[in-house]
Amino acid sequence: MEVLLPRTLDEALAIKAGRPEAVPIAGGTDLMVALNFDRARPPALLDVSRLPELRQWRRKEGWLVLGAGVTYARIVRELPEVVPLVQAARSVGSPQIRNRGTVGGNLGTASPAGDALPVLAAYDAEVELASAGGRRTVPFNEFMVGPKKTVLRPDELIVATHWRFVRGPGSFSKVGTRNAMVIAVASVCLVLDEAGHTVRVALGSVGPTILRAPDAERFVAGALAAAGWWDDPRATLPAQVAREFGERVAAAARPIDDVRGTAAYRRHACGVLARRALVWALEARRAA
Amino acid sequence: MIVRARVNGEWRSAEVWAGASLLHLLRDHLGLPGSKNACEQGECGSCSVWLDGELVCACLVLAAQAHAREVRTVEALAAGDRLHPVQEAFVEAGAVQCGFCTPGFVVAAVDLLQRDPAPDDATIREALSGNLCRCTGYAKILDAVRLAAQRMAGRPR
Repeated sequence: MEVLLPRTLDEALAIKAGRPEAVPIAGGTDLMVALNFDRARPPALLDVSRLPELRQWRRKEGWLVLGAGVTYARIVRELPEVVPLVQAARSVGSPQIRNRGTVGGNLGTASPAGDALPVLAAYDAEVELASAGGRRTVPFNEFMVGPKKTVLRPDELIVATHWRFVRGPGSFSKVGTRNAMVIAVASVCLVLDEAGHTVRVALGSVGPTILRAPDAERFVAGALAAAGWWDDPRATLPAQVAREFGERVAAAARPIDDVRGTAAYRRHACGVLARRALVWALEARRAA
Repeated sequence: MIVRARVNGEWRSAEVWAGASLLHLLRDHLGLPGSKNACEQGECGSCSVWLDGELVCACLVLAAQAHAREVRTVEALAAGDRLHPVQEAFVEAGAVQCGFCTPGFVVAAVDLLQRDPAPDDATIREALSGNLCRCTGYAKILDAVRLAAQRMAGRPR
């Protein structure tokens, strides 16, 4: 095994073109475990943790461009206004893990339990991929195609993810056995788009990929419109809307039984998280 | 490969296997066994060190990722026989039983108090949430951090 230590993205892409079998390592929070436990012996490792291009984020014409190497700790410190992303980032691991783990790592590992991923799905984010031959942008829902499966080509690196800023309340919440160091048993990201009058909800850890719940999204957006809520945040919603929203979100889950929880529990948890998230969002906008 | 890093203020180098962790480099090549090797998966915090000033689990850093960088370990905290105030507080509060997790807790507590000299209890719990102790039940560890915060208040650091 050898380690390759490029100093710039261009250098890294040139290496990847010649050595597509080289496995990128960023924060190491997944890959180092595999190395420490003899589960992986890649022929080469490509350290992407020092590439300045990946460690930046910026706002550009109403979009957030988040470099793949931005850590969860930096998201919490530097992007407080992106509430669901910060909530997801804060729920990752521990301070030590948040100082190392990156959104690019979540994308590369592509675990359905990756905490940043429901946020990307809810924002309809794009994933920017680069190779020595050029760049391409893939919608997140086409990037991740199964558990730990993506459309990343062997000569490509994940450079960034971007999405259009959405005005409106939102949240990320997850269920696990304790507050820290927990892999989600189920997670929900809810985003209300005040400009587009739409609602997006994305589910983690309850399917082979991150799932959206389009039926529940249309239902609640319609209920909010019928109540006049988009124009007047103090408008009251019929009490059964939040409950029915939860039921429709739960119906969108495609969970399995595993060591962390049963399918039935996960489905139930999704419904509860979604119902609470809607109530929080309504309260947040009323208070704003 | 040869990794060269500034460890506790001194440039050190060692030849390590390419897949080796920073923890392996520190313990088995540089004679710094203070950072403990336990879970090797970032769960327990026993190997907590600073990499370029950031608190990390040394078991999750590839040794090569520390090349040309600054590493600070628990060994750097005491000045000769004079313990760091956090170490003193751990001794006095009885926050140490078997002692295996202690270096990691001390490093995480020092990291917290550098950023927040007067943390409330929720902040202390959050800051130590990546460190496991199977002996103490944590109460005396929290006492030690509170004691250290009081002692360090007003002292130049």
